[in-house]
Amino acid sequence: MQWEVGSALNIASILVVVIVFAAMLIWVERRLLGFWQDRLGPNRVGPFGLLQVVADMIKIFTKEDWIPPFADRFGFVLAPTIIMIVILLSFSVVPFAPGVGIVDSNIGVLFVLAMASLGAYSVMLGGLSSDNKYALLGSLRAAAQMVSYEVFMGISLLGVVALTGSFDLREIVLAQEGGWFVVPQFIGFVIFLIAGVAESHRLPFDIPEAEQEICAGYHTEYSGMKFGMFFVGEYLGLVLISSLITVLFFGGWQGPLLPPLAWFFIKASCFIAFFILLRAAIPRPRYDQLMSYGWLFLLPLSLLNLLITGVVILSAN
Amino acid sequence: MSDPIVRPHSKSWLAKFGELVKDTLTSQVVTLWRVFRHLFVATDTVQYPEQQPHMFSRWRGRIILTRDPDGEERCVACNLCAVACPVDCIALQKTEDEEGRWYPEFFRINFSRCIMCGFCEEACPTNAIQLTPDFEMAEYKRQDMVWEKADLLIAGTGKYHETNFYRVAGKSIGGKDKGEARNELPPVDVRSLLP
Amino acid sequence: MTELFYSGALVAVIATLLVIVQTNVVHALIYLVLSLLAVAVVFFSLGAPFVAILEAIVYAGAIMVLFLFVVMMLNLGQRSRDQEKEWLPARTWFVPSVLALLLLIQLVASIPTAGLNIEEIGARAVSELLFGPYVLAVELASFLLLAGLVSAYHIAKR
Ligand code: SF4
Ligand code: SF4
Repeated sequence: MQWEVGSALNIASILVVVIVFAAMLIWVERRLLGFWQDRLGPNRVGPFGLLQVVADMIKIFTKEDWIPPFADRFGFVLAPTIIMIVILLSFSVVPFAPGVGIVDSNIGVLFVLAMASLGAYSVMLGGLSSDNKYALLGSLRAAAQMVSYEVFMGISLLGVVALTGSFDLREIVLAQEGGWFVVPQFIGFVIFLIAGVAESHRLPFDIPEAEQEICAGYHTEYSGMKFGMFFVGEYLGLVLISSLITVLFFGGWQGPLLPPLAWFFIKASCFIAFFILLRAAIPRPRYDQLMSYGWLFLLPLSLLNLLITGVVILSAN
Repeated sequence: MSDPIVRPHSKSWLAKFGELVKDTLTSQVVTLWRVFRHLFVATDTVQYPEQQPHMFSRWRGRIILTRDPDGEERCVACNLCAVACPVDCIALQKTEDEEGRWYPEFFRINFSRCIMCGFCEEACPTNAIQLTPDFEMAEYKRQDMVWEKADLLIAGTGKYHETNFYRVAGKSIGGKDKGEARNELPPVDVRSLLP
Repeated sequence: MTELFYSGALVAVIATLLVIVQTNVVHALIYLVLSLLAVAVVFFSLGAPFVAILEAIVYAGAIMVLFLFVVMMLNLGQRSRDQEKEWLPARTWFVPSVLALLLLIQLVASIPTAGLNIEEIGARAVSELLFGPYVLAVELASFLLLAGLVSAYHIAKR
């Protein structure tokens, strides 16, 4: 077997690395949150508490996998699988390094957006089929939030796409040889960052699962491995958004001295840490605040960004 | 339907926009930075089993029954603690020895109910029942949380060394008759005053 | 590519049939999403990746989400399921289905059996067409959407 884009070995190793990394993030997040709150975080199981993940996994796997009798089985079982499948599929277009990746698609960016929009079903179906008022409230919020922020996410990316002239993520990385897109596309970057947090409904935008208001929102009724899939899915989403930011705005694997994969890892890790910092620092906005912030502030801003980018590109030609 | 972003109309459009930026971006960035700095602040965590926290003597923990300086049980089975206890977790039965001393036949505290409020200690007239700074009382079986007198009674005086109830009370017990207590006058023979 | 086309088409047909016979609205919607995704696969296999992905984003990802959103608000329970069952007795669907089947057979028979001649049309080609010869249509469509947006805004304001 060869080490090239799309080889079976490549696919298998990316799958394993991504899932293991996402699972490890459970520990990383708890430790980092601990430090930012002047605590230590989990440090008992294994060295530095590293085996906490294993303990958590054993717990999640051995828990009773319960389906509430009043729930709609079809949707209830389908929902957590959707989020996993959709996010893992999104990884297929991410170029990690030269020769490392699953496909170089000429519709890569759009594919990611499509998968993100399909991800909304997971949350909605989960809440709807749980037949629980908190779950329903959660998925109502999720539907509105994800559909809205998808729009800004897409528009904020268009600047990068216009600068590259391609939807291919690998070409976008290659186009950043001369300079990262974060400089000309700073507004696009900020909007993508915010929309990314909202899209993966992590704190501070975890309005669909706001514990203090609606129990656990859409996954109130979930337990055992089905909950585990939502849980790991959230971290996979975090890895995905961080990787995408790295690819789209921070030159992907490019960097001096270190091997490309290391650069990719470092950059993506910085963003993951930043997302965890967001969780530690920023309080959750109200639901209507989030929506009006998106439509009244982010949308005009992203359109403006796109317009100016277009004008600059046209006048440069 | 309050809209948080719309401000009073008196302000100019630019001022509104400035405030919006301040609310949504500047203040958040400042918060992020402040929280980030906590990465370099020493943690407050006490690594408990290895590192014992410092306990103060007034901490309300495990309950003990103490003895007076003579080495006798202080508790006179007055039941005041049982009455004072808000969760009714103290049970005891009074009995007497041949010298007339009162003491509890059994004294039982159900620690699975006790809320460590210290009311029993406050109610006790003889300083018999006392709370100590020990808090490591976890058990695997609930039944093991019920402590009997043998478990509660200690050999010493606990926190209050002086209290010695029968030495100030007028009751006669073995070795101390009426009138022999501290600050007590000898008993008056009321009949001798008859004409 | 041909296998992709036929499997996608098969999934689309089956999923669409299931949409029709489902009594539970949510299940029907899920099958509808599946059918739309299968149609996207068909587009892809026909060499139109851009259209395929737009189908997934716009129809499966946005419009169907809104359908589901509305279903959530409606609170359809057992009663609507019973009603659906009542509305689908054999005598209502049998004759139209037979007729449709006949038409389908004719349609399949009349398709030229020559191999599909597929060339891929990417995003650039599509956009060059859209903003070249068809720019007027695009602008008209955008006017229509704008009108929809403004009226929705107006209704929301009242
Ligand atoms: S500490 Fe409070 S709850 Fe416990 S035995 Fe004494 S009075 Fe009862
Ligand atoms: S412990 Fe104190 S309050 Fe309780 S019965 Fe004994 S003497 Fe009375």
